[in-house]
Amino acid sequence: MPEMTLIEGVRQAMDEEMARDERVFITGEDVGQRGGVFRATLGLFEKYGPDRVIDSPLAELSIVAVGVGAALGGMRPICEIQFADYIFPAFNQIVNEAALVHYRSGGEWAAPLVIRAPYGGGIGGGLYHSQSVEAYFAHAPGLKVVIPSTAYDAKGLLKAAVRDPNPVLFFEPKKGYRLIKDAVPDEDYTVPLGEAKVTREGGDLTVYAYGMMHYYVLQAAEMVARQEGIQAEVVDLRTLAPLDTATVIESFKKTGKALIVYEDNRFLGYGAEIAALLADEAFEYMDAPIRRLAGPDIPGVPFAHSMQDFFMPNPDKIAAAIRELAEY
Amino acid sequence: MAQNLTRSHQIDDAGLDLDAALLREMYRLMVLARRTDERTWVLHRQGKIAFHISGIGHEAIQVGAALAMHRGYDYAHLYYRDLAFNIALGYTPYEFFLAVYGKQGETTSGARQMPSNWSARRLGIVTASSPVATQVPQAAGLALASKLKGEDRVTVVCLGEGSTSEGDFFEGLNWAGVHQLPVVCIVQNNIYAISVPVHLQMAVPNVADRAPMFGIAGAICDGNDVVASYRAMSEALDRARRGEGATLLEAKTYRPVPHSSDDDDRTYRSRDEVEEWKQRDPIKRFQAYLLERGLLDDEQIDAIEQEVRAEIDEAQARAEAAPYPPAEDALFPVFAPPDFEQ
Ligand SMILES: Cc1ncc(C[n+]2csc(CCOP(=O)(O)OP(=O)(O)O)c2C)c(N)n1
Repeated sequence: MPEMTLIEGVRQAMDEEMARDERVFITGEDVGQRGGVFRATLGLFEKYGPDRVIDSPLAELSIVAVGVGAALGGMRPICEIQFADYIFPAFNQIVNEAALVHYRSGGEWAAPLVIRAPYGGGIGGGLYHSQSVEAYFAHAPGLKVVIPSTAYDAKGLLKAAVRDPNPVLFFEPKKGYRLIKDAVPDEDYTVPLGEAKVTREGGDLTVYAYGMMHYYVLQAAEMVARQEGIQAEVVDLRTLAPLDTATVIESFKKTGKALIVYEDNRFLGYGAEIAALLADEAFEYMDAPIRRLAGPDIPGVPFAHSMQDFFMPNPDKIAAAIRELAEY
Repeated sequence: MAQNLTRSHQIDDAGLDLDAALLREMYRLMVLARRTDERTWVLHRQGKIAFHISGIGHEAIQVGAALAMHRGYDYAHLYYRDLAFNIALGYTPYEFFLAVYGKQGETTSGARQMPSNWSARRLGIVTASSPVATQVPQAAGLALASKLKGEDRVTVVCLGEGSTSEGDFFEGLNWAGVHQLPVVCIVQNNIYAISVPVHLQMAVPNVADRAPMFGIAGAICDGNDVVASYRAMSEALDRARRGEGATLLEAKTYRPVPHSSDDDDRTYRSRDEVEEWKQRDPIKRFQAYLLERGLLDDEQIDAIEQEVRAEIDEAQARAEAAPYPPAEDALFPVFAPPDFEQ
């Protein structure tokens, strides 16, 4: 199986889905001839032409709204938002329109579109090229929210997202675009939405994460295993909404301790939901307070290196949090 | 009016009688901004800084517009390409180098923001974010405040032609029209929004063609001609100060360099096109004009270059030597204190 980067997984998924289904088209800023500012759509314009890889005007509201309309009209749009930070002009179209189409029409209509956006910090992007926005959308019923942390999953989950009859927000950890690399089959496969995955077995505690943080958590888990013999179980959430509560709870029942790692602001971030779920559903199994390691509650992520490092969770900070929890 | 712009290589001073000192100051500021910008590209190539978004090619509209303003009194709500605009309003190369290095004491955000997200209260420069076009309706609000307070302050707001596709642009100018607000909205049309050419942004030939739908004045100027830009801006500012409302001023220009240090413009435009526009370089054109009229000579040009270079060398060295901010600076108060007064 060829190794590829996460962004190549994303690109291959789009390429294969466009080849498989003529209804699939891509729109967004710079997605055409330029191949996207991160080069996610590289080569697709040449292959599929300007009617299927459409450079949009610089207007996110309409990128999504035109996607909703085209989906209502029988197409399968993939809408790219250049940076997750710029998704907010489209917020109303996503949470008020796309998310409710099926429900509000009594099942007469659906909005099968995928909205892709690179998110997350650690790339020197400052306050407006680093944001983690998943919690806003995971809160809205009717939306599926997916975040891959491997190239394999990026390809399989994106293909599943394109085939899903619902609006799917597909957030890509941009710091991992070229850093994350793993084996990806050339053939057609999907990774089902709504399934978390235990990516490391361990009995001492469970660490929940997604995206770039899952990649770091695996490194931290290896560090503490080598150095202290702590065996952390790691769960990659992969789909934040709808959440695979069974896998989340099952692992906690096994270890009795939970750490949730996310790079969003801590307050009301995704970790709060996992913590509340475990407190609700598995209280009797709890051996320690449920911990969250997340960004501080300041606009993230500051530009200067020193402040960026202060903001971002990393393998060392995660390892320290694991040690502390293991000792409890 | 617009049709011949791409052909013209001359400076158009019709109807203006500008003071020699003002013309020389325009020239000096354009050179100062250009050399600061070029030095920043060098720092990026040397791996000393991570990112640069350049204003090269836009100096004429920016300096021309800034010098027509009541500097420090009028509001300037600017966009990332406005380095020359900032410098003409009094922002210094030293401040810019602090920003690109992300060093302690950085004046616009304490090194929390990326460079080119301007802010300088002392100069009337309003704090800027990165989502494009958000400044346009805010500019309408600033102008509304001036109007309500009975001040004759004008709010100047800048953006690129690509950014005019955003709803914020339409909503902001609609307010400006409905309430006859003292706003000058300068669209620096350099033909590309990163890679996307203007004909994929809008189906009308000129950004200014949209002015009538807002009930405001529209104007087009050659954005590579500092004198023409100054004139167009003066007219717009006068109109605003007379209480006759907003102007959508489109400056036709070009960006001869990539969108940013992360971009490769060879993937979307020909070298011939770039070369053709370099012939219309705003500094070269203006220099020829000043030489021809005897307002500058070769010696003075060299002296300006040397003076500018010395300032930039010193500014860069000082910024490079400055420390990074302490990590805990990240915790700078998110909320303003109870006694904060605007
Ligand atoms: C809302 C939003 N969407 C996307 C971006 C990313 N982006 C930054 S600059 C830019 C192109 C802007 O082009 P234009 O308005 O023509 O100005 P120019 O850079 O050409 O001066 C884009 C797409 C952004 N900053 N904000």
